[in-house]
Amino acid sequence: MSNPAELHYTAEHEWVSVEGTLASVGITEYAAQQLGDVVYVSLPAAGTAVTAGEPCGEVESVKSVSDLYSPVDGEVTEINTELEDDPSLVNAEPYTAGWMFRVRVAEDGNGEADLPTDLLSAAEYEELTKSAG
Amino acid sequence: MTSFAGWQMPLRYGSETAEHQAVRHAAGLFDLSHMGEILVRGPGAGAALDYALTGYLSVVPPGRARYTMICAADGGVLDDLVVYRQGEQEYLVIANASNTFAVFDELRSRASGFDASVTDATDDYALIAVQGPAAAGILSSLTDLDLRAMKYYAGAFGSVAGAPAWVARTGYTGEDGFEVFGRAADAVAIWDAVVSEGAPAGLVPAGLAARDTLRLEAGMPLYGNELGPDMTPFEAGLGRVVKLDKPGDFVGRSALAALAAAEPARRLVGLTIESRRVARHGYPVLADGVACGTVTSGAPSPTLGRPIAMAYLNAGADAGDAVLAVGIRGEAVPAQLTDLPFYSRSR
Repeated sequence: MSNPAELHYTAEHEWVSVEGTLASVGITEYAAQQLGDVVYVSLPAAGTAVTAGEPCGEVESVKSVSDLYSPVDGEVTEINTELEDDPSLVNAEPYTAGWMFRVRVAEDGNGEADLPTDLLSAAEYEELTKSAG
Repeated sequence: MTSFAGWQMPLRYGSETAEHQAVRHAAGLFDLSHMGEILVRGPGAGAALDYALTGYLSVVPPGRARYTMICAADGGVLDDLVVYRQGEQEYLVIANASNTFAVFDELRSRASGFDASVTDATDDYALIAVQGPAAAGILSSLTDLDLRAMKYYAGAFGSVAGAPAWVARTGYTGEDGFEVFGRAADAVAIWDAVVSEGAPAGLVPAGLAARDTLRLEAGMPLYGNELGPDMTPFEAGLGRVVKLDKPGDFVGRSALAALAAAEPARRLVGLTIESRRVARHGYPVLADGVACGTVTSGAPSPTLGRPIAMAYLNAGADAGDAVLAVGIRGEAVPAQLTDLPFYSRSR
């Protein structure tokens, strides 16, 4: 399993891709594999304020349902409506077509996205999933 | 992989939905070696099982199988079982993995007054199930048995991939299929032979997740969900397995006779959920907003394309035009009573 090096990760198995102050969020390949076939994704509506580390949706698979946590603070600008018709994109392409929602985050002092400091690098995330077995 | 009753088992090999569909449309291969195999043998074996179980096993002809139960004296279900009569004096009892030791212990104790031996042979057997419309064709080319002539709930000794086995036309998927009880040492050879023979016909290995959605669509109970010591066969809609008309006493007879004569306090029903959210084990069922039962099993149904569930409803809960719903994490999601099974194969 390979986690793209340019992404940020959380211990709750989300990934974050940042362009300017726009953060795209999905769940990792590891999470998708652990959940099994995803059958339904409940996402926060555009305009919703989300808080890092707080639940903002649900991922329902054949065997279980899990909270979806926002990895960042900000306002939801867009959700992946493709998942409504085809939630299996989360399993098939977790880092691309299976993205879930986008969040406008605040700027830090240098004009970049003000991200939580506890986001993990790909290498750190791989350590975490390895120790989880 | 997941831990299940002390066994390490695959929840899925790839996609559980694809595995489910393969079993419905082609074939799936299951490793069920965790299931308990208990041998009851001797001149008194049939009589011992008549006393120990709810079924009338002594009249089952050799080569045939029965679905039956072992109940406590109060009528509660200790396990549901498939019993194969392998010979005049030989029965093979299949128990759920989590109950194998308890069933073995009960059988040994209940058989003590009979001329019969009870042996836990679970570790000697590997159980491999080949299930689906293509199962007979795939397995036929690997065995000397005439599988197409074998009746449903029948079994015979033969060879599979050159290894000795008891092969039965039984399963837990709602499809045609076979269960192959071979020696543990031959398990890999049998498995590999079935995979090679079956792959061109669409056979795939299938895990516990697909097994659960398949049996749920087929309306088959799972011990621990729909059956347990605090539930009766009548509540589960399985009163037919309690043979009150068989001669002689059996464990639970007086309690079960009283239960059979009364209206069950609750009954097992099928629900179709009008949402994409899944009603899962333990969620409350509501009638006009009032709690009236509990979901025992629930899953998205690959065949129906929507979530389905089995639930116990209190007597009278669905009377009149009560509107049913399932409480799914705080939200009352409408549900429709649906006749079980949700799916029956075309014959």
